[in-house]
Amino acid sequence: MKSIVIGVIGADVHAVGNKIIEYTLTNAGYNVVNVGVLSSQEDFINAAIETDAKMILVSSLYGHGEIDCRGMREKCIESGIGDIILYAGGNLVVGKQDFESVEKRFKEMGFDRVFPPGTPIESVLDIIKADLGE
Amino acid sequence: MTNYLLVDIGSTYTKLTAVNLELTDVIATAQHPTTVDADVRIGYEKALALLKEKTGIDSFKKIYACSSAAGGLKMAAIGLVEELTVEAAKRVCLGAGGRVDLVYSHRITKREALKIKNGNIDIVLLAGGTDGGNSEVVLHNARVLGEAGLKIPIVYAGNKCCQDEIADIFKEYSLNGWICDNVMPRLNKLRIESARDVIKNIFLNNIVAAKGIKKIEAEIDGVLLPTPGAVLRAAELLSKGYLHESGLGEIVLLDIGGATTDVYSIASGHPKTPNAFQRGLEEPFAKRTVEGDLGMRISAPGIIHNLCKEVLFEYAEKGIDLEKEALLRSQNPGMVPKTEREAEIDRLLGSLCADIAFSRHVGFMETIYTPLGVVYYQSGKDLSEVRYVIGTGGVLISEDNPKAILSQVLARMDKPQELRPKDPEFMLDRSYIFSAMGLLSLEHPEIAIRILKKRIKKI
Repeated sequence: MKSIVIGVIGADVHAVGNKIIEYTLTNAGYNVVNVGVLSSQEDFINAAIETDAKMILVSSLYGHGEIDCRGMREKCIESGIGDIILYAGGNLVVGKQDFESVEKRFKEMGFDRVFPPGTPIESVLDIIKADLGE
Repeated sequence: MTNYLLVDIGSTYTKLTAVNLELTDVIATAQHPTTVDADVRIGYEKALALLKEKTGIDSFKKIYACSSAAGGLKMAAIGLVEELTVEAAKRVCLGAGGRVDLVYSHRITKREALKIKNGNIDIVLLAGGTDGGNSEVVLHNARVLGEAGLKIPIVYAGNKCCQDEIADIFKEYSLNGWICDNVMPRLNKLRIESARDVIKNIFLNNIVAAKGIKKIEAEIDGVLLPTPGAVLRAAELLSKGYLHESGLGEIVLLDIGGATTDVYSIASGHPKTPNAFQRGLEEPFAKRTVEGDLGMRISAPGIIHNLCKEVLFEYAEKGIDLEKEALLRSQNPGMVPKTEREAEIDRLLGSLCADIAFSRHVGFMETIYTPLGVVYYQSGKDLSEVRYVIGTGGVLISEDNPKAILSQVLARMDKPQELRPKDPEFMLDRSYIFSAMGLLSLEHPEIAIRILKKRIKKI
């Protein structure tokens, strides 16, 4: 069973979406390691190391996601899990910004996939599966 | 009349406590310097003679001992990530009554394995990976330990999925290996019982013999626990109660010794503040921390290293050269204060031990401002509502004003983020019975708790 680390990054306490993601991924047959709300980059990375996770799925709903996610790939590299798959999704930035530019910025930061606001987790299960090579 | 004799073979003193079960009380205590270098039995027999002189009793139904002599139980803890399995491994070592001399994370090197080999370590605890998680690092670490040719026991308490491979490595290198449950089966979930029990058994069957303490078993029924393990057991019993005998509820126990300062908290430590989120590894209900750099005698210079220059100046202005006083005490571990001034400096050093050790034990709160308002991160245990703070150990017992030292653990203005007790009552274990009652509780918990409640007095 492959492990996926999920959680809500930064000073963000939105817990509902986090629970839905946990439920859906668990039902899809993954070992979900949920670091919960208010999690730092280190919380995600430490959890991924101990559980040998193949993917980290970062949620952010309060608009500060860009600040919170900056430098995460570099920290993964530094921690010896540089090739882990990184996803980000939610309301990642403040205001109505063009999603393409948001996606571009996050990809430059080292995220493999970025999802726009309102993307249901079940709609991306196939992508997760493909990325994990299943 | 049923009498039990409980023996604590400490690094400095061998302490005897005679208990009568029908009276549910301590009948007498006696002590003599420990003689582990020559033969541990000499010190024990001399203490026993003293006890006989006092009571006239020389036959006991059972005689049990605990020991922290010859340096106690020295352990090396190895894990993967510092905040996770390394921390879990450390807590298991402390919970089993050991002291953690070496700590390593991630892939260990040959140098580190050699340090373990030459570091006078008794047991290695090897952890790493949640169940189904990382296995590569623990396997690597087991091999490195094997190649270094370690003779001491290695307790494996990591990812359960590689127990078989670990067993093969133990066999391949003819290591003294033991396998038990993972200390962190899931992320931030702590499981200490299995590893703790294995460590205790190794301590009793191997380490005690290696240190020459086993010889005493010719005269007594058995050495059953490492001393801190016995104290933790008694503290837990006193907190929880047993059957009809109610416990005291959440407690903190402070033991300021010559070489170490031990803090025990028997409390859930869950957040008490609304909007507080607990973070990090789960906390054990019965938690012990040991500070090897804080003590009244041998470790007194360590206290000074924790103070900044300005504080030392402040004492100097009052005419106290704290550095000199600490050094003096470390050179004369047997020193007993004779003048009021010496007692005052002991009180000061004791207060510093209590304050610094408690800062390291207690949890703390950070304030986070979010778009949804203020929330709090709690790391460690919230002990603000603990009901009793209990003192034990030489300095507190012989002190005229033990409350002055114990009250150092209270919530204080200059450390507002620490979740220290707000309004507890203070108690004192004047007859030093915690370890003895820990031993007695193995067979008679109902009597041990009644004696604890009788003997530990409010101050």
